Amino acid sequence: MNALDLLHVDRIHGHGNAAVHALRGLTIHVAAGELVAVMGPSGSGKSTLLNLAGGLDRATAGSVKVDGVELGDLSPKELARLRRHKVGYVFQDLNLIPSLTAAENVSLPLELDGVRRRPARASAEAALAEVGLAELADRLPADMSGGQQQRVAIARAVVGERSLILADEPTGALDSETGEQVMRLLRDRCAAGVATLLVTHDAAHAAWADRIVFLRDGAAVDDTGARPAAESLLTGA
Amino acid sequence: MSIPHGLLALLRHGPMYGYQLRAEFEHATGSTWPLNIGQVYSTLTRLERDGLIEPQATDDEGRQRYALTAAGVSTLGEWFAKPVTHADRPRDELAIKLALASTTPGLDVQAIVQTQRVATMRRLQDLTRLKQEPGDDAGLAWSLVLDHLRFSAEAELRWLDHCEGALLKAAASGRTRPPVVEDDAALESTEERAR
Ligand SMILES: Nc1ncnc2c1ncn2[C@@H]1O[C@H](COP(=O)(O)OP(=O)(O)O)[C@@H](O)[C@H]1O
Ligand SMILES: [Mg+2]
Repeated sequence: MNALDLLHVDRIHGHGNAAVHALRGLTIHVAAGELVAVMGPSGSGKSTLLNLAGGLDRATAGSVKVDGVELGDLSPKELARLRRHKVGYVFQDLNLIPSLTAAENVSLPLELDGVRRRPARASAEAALAEVGLAELADRLPADMSGGQQQRVAIARAVVGERSLILADEPTGALDSETGEQVMRLLRDRCAAGVATLLVTHDAAHAAWADRIVFLRDGAAVDDTGARPAAESLLTGA
Repeated sequence: MSIPHGLLALLRHGPMYGYQLRAEFEHATGSTWPLNIGQVYSTLTRLERDGLIEPQATDDEGRQRYALTAAGVSTLGEWFAKPVTHADRPRDELAIKLALASTTPGLDVQAIVQTQRVATMRRLQDLTRLKQEPGDDAGLAWSLVLDHLRFSAEAELRWLDHCEGALLKAAASGRTRPPVVEDDAALESTEERAR
């Protein structure tokens, strides 16, 4: 079973003359353990795709399934539970809570999900150790570098038993070495069976993926997993 | 790629015979530029003729080894000291292809750019996978060659983005084709047929 299936998905923002077709008939599958990168010009629908995949936004038409569960069939309450339980997000603005320590930020989604304090703390510490921040578990975000904060955000996304990680430009603000660390970490999570959908404009980071999907005007125009088309490029031919 | 200079550089470590040189060369460059043994021997013959290397006594197994001469050492020194100029490199087929595509009627240049982008991205994926593999004994020399190839692929992708942007801009302002040169009757007749 795939961790994520989008089938003929449309997302139209607004109505009538103001309608914006952010996604058009998009079909994407991400298998468990697969790392898929999404590239495309600004406005091509990358963030919309991630929002739909994570149940933060709803498709206008088509089907979105996470671990085989059709998101469109879920009540808001069920959807919220699935989001907390199965999906980890890393956004460009990290959304760390400034008054909580690194470990508290990471364990928060588990505690919201009903995990008791001690085991949640233990899982958070393990996730922080995985991103190389075991020592900084009790620091506040303000006392960390940008790269360290980014890694806390990633630990929060991977903590627990997530089956899908969605990352929107997670390496955007990082220097190249920290960016590589982040990619290595995502790769390791995939090796452990987690599926990852990563938006990036950096080819060096996208190259860590199993597959790269190119979006344009809300549709997938290419996929490095597919074999190249042999047809002639002459339009009039 | 300068095979003669490459062999001279390897002989700086001491006398070697043909098969050894080939193996050392491929080891240092991660087999990026595989040599066949014929190329090695013909290069050795030329280097000997030019007085840059000299044959040594054969080893126990009767293999002919070669050593650098003083002239060989100084030629090698000059090679390392001189920057590689643009004219030394082979013409870049991709740049020529896109340049010509942008002036050839009836082509979907954006599709050509995209096809190349996917191919170059696949190459960068392959190179990145190689880079991730735990380091073996090929060591620093191969790792530097690999980095060069990765950075070239990244640069090519950036250039393709740039080309696409320039093409879109040109299309928007109606400058997709240069004026047809008068004496270029052949090209014009191809255009006629395309219509
Ligand atoms: N909430 C929204 N309301 C209206 N239009 C939107 C909204 N979100 C995104 N869009 C439009 O949808 C298109 C895709 O946007 P987005 O998914 O953010 O692209 P990307 O992340 O690739 O830059 C753009 O044209 C954008 O302006
Ligand atoms: Mg975006």
